[in-house]
Amino acid sequence: MAKRSFLIPGVDKRLLIKDSIKTMPDVTRRRFIAGGASLGALTLLTGCDVIDSSSAEEMLKSVSKFNDAVQDFIFNPDALAPTFPESAITKPFPFNAYYDLDDAPEVSAADWKLEVRGLVDNKKSWTLDELYKLPQVTQITRHICVEGWSAIGSWTGTPLRDFLKLIGADTRAKYVWFQCADKDGYNSPLDMRSALHPQTQMTFKYAGEILPRAYGFPMKIRVPTKLGFKNPKYVVSMEVTNDYKGGYWEDQGYNSFSGS
Amino acid sequence: MASLTVTDEQVRSSPAKVIQPAWVRVMHWINALAMILMILSGWQIYNASPLFGFSFPREYTLGGWLGGGLLWHFAAMWLLMINGLAYLITGFATGRFRKKLLPITPSGVLHDVRAALTFKLGHDDLTVYNYVQRVLYAGIIVVGVLIVLSGLGMWKPVQLHWLVTLFGDYPTARYVHFFCMAAICAFLVIHVALALLVPKSLRAMIIGR
Repeated sequence: MAKRSFLIPGVDKRLLIKDSIKTMPDVTRRRFIAGGASLGALTLLTGCDVIDSSSAEEMLKSVSKFNDAVQDFIFNPDALAPTFPESAITKPFPFNAYYDLDDAPEVSAADWKLEVRGLVDNKKSWTLDELYKLPQVTQITRHICVEGWSAIGSWTGTPLRDFLKLIGADTRAKYVWFQCADKDGYNSPLDMRSALHPQTQMTFKYAGEILPRAYGFPMKIRVPTKLGFKNPKYVVSMEVTNDYKGGYWEDQGYNSFSGS
Repeated sequence: MASLTVTDEQVRSSPAKVIQPAWVRVMHWINALAMILMILSGWQIYNASPLFGFSFPREYTLGGWLGGGLLWHFAAMWLLMINGLAYLITGFATGRFRKKLLPITPSGVLHDVRAALTFKLGHDDLTVYNYVQRVLYAGIIVVGVLIVLSGLGMWKPVQLHWLVTLFGDYPTARYVHFFCMAAICAFLVIHVALALLVPKSLRAMIIGR
């Protein structure tokens, strides 16, 4: 007799699990991670002191913090991400988020303003028209996702470091923290040295066209030296700060530096 | 020609004869732990975006989800890299690699593979590796170096872009990393099976004799 399937036909089991993890409240999710950790500790360290889940989790967290420091240390701000010819662009460039395209934020260009906060001289908000007037450059670089896949795309916009200079940001501050229009408040911190990297860009166009909704209209921060989740889309505000304010994925356990 | 008579001296000294020195044993088991952690967490990472039409069973992955797998992978990598580097340095410096793994001749390998497949390969003297062992052990060291280099390239594709270029490009480095893992798993199966077939070799890797 055939095994009874409890799965919904046409639904990818893997994505289903992935999605349900994302909907878990933080505490459950953390326990879930710890569950994996303790399983590993139990099965692999039998004979040694059994590491309980919370201490394994603490150990992993502190190694991740150590890795942040190591990565910051070896980060050479002058090293440029490889660039590619137009023929190398991945078509179609994948849409990727923890929600479907239909659920992606829909930002009205007329109402949108980029809010600027924190350690900056000029805290004025910027309309899209004002931002479009700033000098723009184009880069064709490889976007690398934390999941392992990668795709080459063409992004056009204003180097973030030029904008930071323009608004009189204190570039000795530790982070530029971005907040996005996503329902559940996507946000991500960017260390200042990466923010000042020559290829880090406030992106307004993809492949020469106004940034479509799929890729983060009206503004994405393109950081070719960082994994995709540290390239926030639908950005609504940036804050120059010395405080580590955490991030949507960073808080769930992705390494915070996550840069190359 | 080996002598056919056993002298008193050989009899007396043989129980004390160290087959695997302490540093080899310590590094071997640290490496075993690090490799298993890297493989199981690597499978978790693979599952987030499979290269081929299959995923690894969840029960054999570490970390619970991609983020947890990555934490394990980037923690165990230190253990693997530091231990591996120390092993390479000591192996070259003490001349162990040269003495134990060389020479490797095609005729010697052919001969010993044939002997192994017909279960005629002797294991009387564990201090001397046969040609099958030499090829496997030297080969797995090369694979170990490749998997670390391709992994480093994927971790730092901007800072270490020359390393990525060495493998071709980023996606190729991913495939290299995967196939090295597959080679290590295949090695593990053979290695463990042979250790169980010749238990005294396992004992030597634990207590040295």
